[in-house]
Amino acid sequence: MQYALLIYGAEGRWEQFSEAEQQAMTEQYMAISRDPKTKGGADLGDLSKATTVRVNNGKTLTTDGPFAETKEYLGGFYLIEADNLDEAIEVAGKIPAARTGGTIEVRPVVEH
Amino acid sequence: MTSQNGIKRTPGQSPDVLHSGVASERLETVFREEWSRVLATLIGVLGDFELAEDALQDAIATALERWPRDGTPDNPGAWLVATARNGAIDRIRRERTLARKTELLQRLAELETDDDSDEPVPDERLSLIFTCCHPALAPEAQVALTLRAVGGLTTTEIARAFLVPETTMGQRLVRAKRKIRDAGVPFRVPPEHLLPERLDAVLAILYLVFNEGYVGTTAGRLVRGDLCEEAIRLAKLLAVLMPDEPEALGLLALMLFHDSRRTARIAADGSLILLEDQDRGLWNRDRIAEGDRVLARARGLGTYRIQAEIAAVHAHADRPANTDWPRIVELYDELVALAPSPVVELNRAAAIAMAESPDRGLSLIDRIEGLDDYYLLHAARADLLRRGGRHEEAAASYRRALELATNPVERSFFERRLAEVGQR
Repeated sequence: MQYALLIYGAEGRWEQFSEAEQQAMTEQYMAISRDPKTKGGADLGDLSKATTVRVNNGKTLTTDGPFAETKEYLGGFYLIEADNLDEAIEVAGKIPAARTGGTIEVRPVVEH
Repeated sequence: MTSQNGIKRTPGQSPDVLHSGVASERLETVFREEWSRVLATLIGVLGDFELAEDALQDAIATALERWPRDGTPDNPGAWLVATARNGAIDRIRRERTLARKTELLQRLAELETDDDSDEPVPDERLSLIFTCCHPALAPEAQVALTLRAVGGLTTTEIARAFLVPETTMGQRLVRAKRKIRDAGVPFRVPPEHLLPERLDAVLAILYLVFNEGYVGTTAGRLVRGDLCEEAIRLAKLLAVLMPDEPEALGLLALMLFHDSRRTARIAADGSLILLEDQDRGLWNRDRIAEGDRVLARARGLGTYRIQAEIAAVHAHADRPANTDWPRIVELYDELVALAPSPVVELNRAAAIAMAESPDRGLSLIDRIEGLDDYYLLHAARADLLRRGGRHEEAAASYRRALELATNPVERSFFERRLAEVGQR
């Protein structure tokens, strides 16, 4: 099965870490990216670059900022292959954000 | 309604034959005994709770037609597996759109069934228990699913026990079963590195079932014995399936000791009777003896085991004055060391109050942090103040407990005590 691991964190948390801590965590993120069971993923940066788009009656409405103003925002994701939910939960637990105040949402990918 | 794998289902289409009144009592007992074992085997093959339950319901319906006529087979479990398997094959063959059709048929074909066999059906109930209590399911869904799949209770019975409408309970069960399938919750006993954490979850769910029966946070009746019985039945099953697990034995012993006091806790008018005021002649001696035997087999430290030991000390005091409070304090010391929590501190303080003096207990209670909204803290304070003759302060604490307590039986107990201290 495939799972999306959605990484939520608070704005400004990353900047609170020292350079050495950031480097160590970046290496952990890269290690997950390099795992053969990781099929994709992205670092989505912070909300200041987000643009929200809606189409009403054929008219495109574009606004600055995220879809919803929340404390925790989607900062990135992985798409992984796992035998079952337990395996996906274990990978989620290795994501640095999970143990530094962030939250990982594990979502099975629906097969069509 | 079409579920994601393409099997069309109408809720209520598979009649709940187990308790429909169609089966004789003897047959119902057979079905009840075989239910979880057969269901676990079918889920193991099909990887799908709904498909497995439908197949088993069909097999039971067939059994209801044939067994009264042809006699009950020697090995009813094996018969039910074989019949459910054949029924599932027919059912899946008819489905054109089922995504996993080929795979499912292959797996069913590989399931060796021999309804003439003397061998019991291989026991996969432990996998079933761990899957039902998977932390990816909400606790109320874990409870409902465990009672349904492992306990064999009907949706109606579970809804009644938890005082929710039957449709709500039905939806809760369906959602849980589909999440297990669609989110890939594995059907297995967790591997070694996950086992301690997952076993804790299983024990917590079984204790929750027991406590819902024993304390009943919402019910007008204080004790709903059927849930206590069911929790004990499930804990016994777990202790049989995990014979070397001290906490499985500890939990079972704890339930047995509590349950021995079930009838003594409630007065004829439904009000609560505290431990020290109970008629100890009403305590169920068989339950206590059973608790002793189970506890003697539990080796190693564990929070349930220690709590069971505490309950055992109470069970063996022929009157309140003979309670070995110093021993209880020792056990609470062990519990605080093993699993510190404000609630354990509170219980320890109450035990010290009994072993030494109310004032000593009070000063400990006042040092506990984080329990200001916990009604039992205020109830314990009130009780110690009352014992120490400080009636006005006791009244204030009973009022605070009343603000926070929800169980009507416990509330009326606090009201009585409040009236008592108010008169002095």
